[in-house]
Amino acid sequence: MIEIEQLTKSYGPNHVVKDVSLKVPTGEIAAIVGTSGSGKTTLLRMINRLVEPSAGTIRIDGEDTSSQEAHALRRRIGYAIQGHGLFPHRTVGQNIATVPELLGWEKARVNARVDELLDLFQLDPDAYRDRMPSELSGGQQQRVGVARALAGEPGVLLMDEPFGALDPVIRQKAQEDLRAIQRRIGTTIVMVTHDIDEAISLGDRVAVMDDGCLLQYAPPAEIIARPATEFVGALVGAGERPYRMLSLIPVGDVTEDGSAEGKAISDEATARDAVAELLWSRRSSAPVARRGEVIGRVRLDALLEMGAAPA
Amino acid sequence: MRSAGRFGQPIDRMGSVIAVIAVLGLCLPFTSFSPNRILLGEPRWIFSALGAPGALILIAAVLALIVVAVRPPALWLRLGICGAVLVVVLLLAGRSAGVLMPAESSFARISLASGFWVLLASGLLLSADTLSRLKPPPGLRVGLLVLTGAGLWAILGSGAWDHLSILKEYEARASAFWREAQQHVALAFGSLGLATLAGVPLGLVCYRHARLSAPILNTLTIVQTIPSIALFGLLMVPLAWIAANIPGARAIGVAGIGSAPALVALFAYSLLPVVSNTVAGLAAVPASVRDAAAGMGMTERQRLLRVDLPLAFPVILTGIRIVLVQNIGLATIAALIGGGGFGVFVFQGMGQTATDLILLGALPTVLLAFAAAIVLDACVDWSEGRKNRGSGDRN
Repeated sequence: MIEIEQLTKSYGPNHVVKDVSLKVPTGEIAAIVGTSGSGKTTLLRMINRLVEPSAGTIRIDGEDTSSQEAHALRRRIGYAIQGHGLFPHRTVGQNIATVPELLGWEKARVNARVDELLDLFQLDPDAYRDRMPSELSGGQQQRVGVARALAGEPGVLLMDEPFGALDPVIRQKAQEDLRAIQRRIGTTIVMVTHDIDEAISLGDRVAVMDDGCLLQYAPPAEIIARPATEFVGALVGAGERPYRMLSLIPVGDVTEDGSAEGKAISDEATARDAVAELLWSRRSSAPVARRGEVIGRVRLDALLEMGAAPA
Repeated sequence: MRSAGRFGQPIDRMGSVIAVIAVLGLCLPFTSFSPNRILLGEPRWIFSALGAPGALILIAAVLALIVVAVRPPALWLRLGICGAVLVVVLLLAGRSAGVLMPAESSFARISLASGFWVLLASGLLLSADTLSRLKPPPGLRVGLLVLTGAGLWAILGSGAWDHLSILKEYEARASAFWREAQQHVALAFGSLGLATLAGVPLGLVCYRHARLSAPILNTLTIVQTIPSIALFGLLMVPLAWIAANIPGARAIGVAGIGSAPALVALFAYSLLPVVSNTVAGLAAVPASVRDAAAGMGMTERQRLLRVDLPLAFPVILTGIRIVLVQNIGLATIAALIGGGGFGVFVFQGMGQTATDLILLGALPTVLLAFAAAIVLDACVDWSEGRKNRGSGDRN
């Protein structure tokens, strides 16, 4: 659990972050979204004290972050950034081993951890351990960057636009992979992004920042349905609201008993994907399958109902 | 650089220019003869300098050079032929001394003349041109350097050049030659070592504190613009004062003249390249890499030693290369203020108008600088190599 209380950062008379308070429960993803200059990156960097707060406190699992040396604190917090920041003169394995070595782990444990993480990120350890970062594709470099951030088994992972440098196709895959890995290992993640889509699809909670202030901090559905300010509404986009709502709902939640014609839709797909499929194939309903087995059907009008504003 | 010839074979333009130079070399006097070392030499063209067989061998060798220059065969073959031609030219130069040396006079001097130098230059130019196209890896470049050095050593050791005036000058001063060689290397490398020890930390300070950077770098730039002889002169007074007034200074070798001011001057000239390359190397470390290093919990010292300096190292090494080559040349002037080094022979030779004595100081200096440049270039390539390894070289 991360507790941020009345956190402020000012440079002279300029307040970059103003009186921000928020809590991130253990095992959740908080996505901080805002325009550039909104203070979101400064807020993130105050958590591992790359930026020292001017006022306010941060507690991780109840412990004040200012109670220990900054470098010791940072070794317990994962840190992944845009453009990965891999050390170009060290191999993939040496990069991933950075924090475990700083923590003084035994050699065997470090090596085992490196291989475990490469496996987790779908990179064959024998093929990739001794490569140089320059020998990897952009997507692979990004995965190694996140693997390196997780190497010291941190309870908290901070990510600053981690997918910013990736092209859209790889980006979506990287987001899905991160979600899957996060569910598996249960790390608490605070992520900064300028992309509201990314924030909504990845965040258990979304924090919207503008001009150093936290405008709203709520689950994605609430951000979409009840934007706290005009700015939040504009960020979500009036025209996009129904589709964003649909994208939060898995098809499984709208499935009913009965049968339908045509190609089945996975129960893990989003309602948005289901609407798109039904519209495109000129159907009013479709079978729903869980791991290949049909479990019921989904109707277009029931799906569309989900895109309406909550009462 | 190539255009189609009459038979569709490519004609090499650079090679053609070198071929013209080689022909010119054949037409100039190959060696010169003088009855003693002070008198001006009389020119000897190839037939009189080498005798008919020697001259014909030389002409054949130069023709071979011209052929591979104008119509290049495989590059390694071309390099090999260049090497062979150079060996022939060097050996014939020694033979010329045997041909021209009168049996009765041991005072007669046979010196290398313009034809020899032009032929040598054309062979070296063609080798350099071929090497720059071959782009050999750093290890091979050092290997070729060692091979060249060994070849030169063998020729000199075989006694083939013993009758040439330059080796007569050497014989008369053999022990002084190696003493001054040692002194020259000590001056060049010593000042480099001091400059590295002082310059890298100074570069670090410049990088960390932007406000100090401009004054430090400007000061060093001004030092760099002082003519070397003037700097030696300027240092004499304060160093003499220190030697006279500070106890113990004289004991560690501080003096107004001699190697102390030479070392200090070379050190001063070395600082700018080392400091500015350290700053440039550190500035080139990507911000994201530095941010990641800090964010993962490296202490300031760990960041410096494990990230900043290793990444800046190739650029720093480039600065060291500049300094070493520059100092090997500059150390020659140290002889003017009693600092020793190969310059001793250069200035003695100038005083006695003995060209071969000047060469005895100048040639080793050039060779040393050349070898240092090749070795350090290879080191720079090695240090950069791994980091930049592309995805293409592994499958």
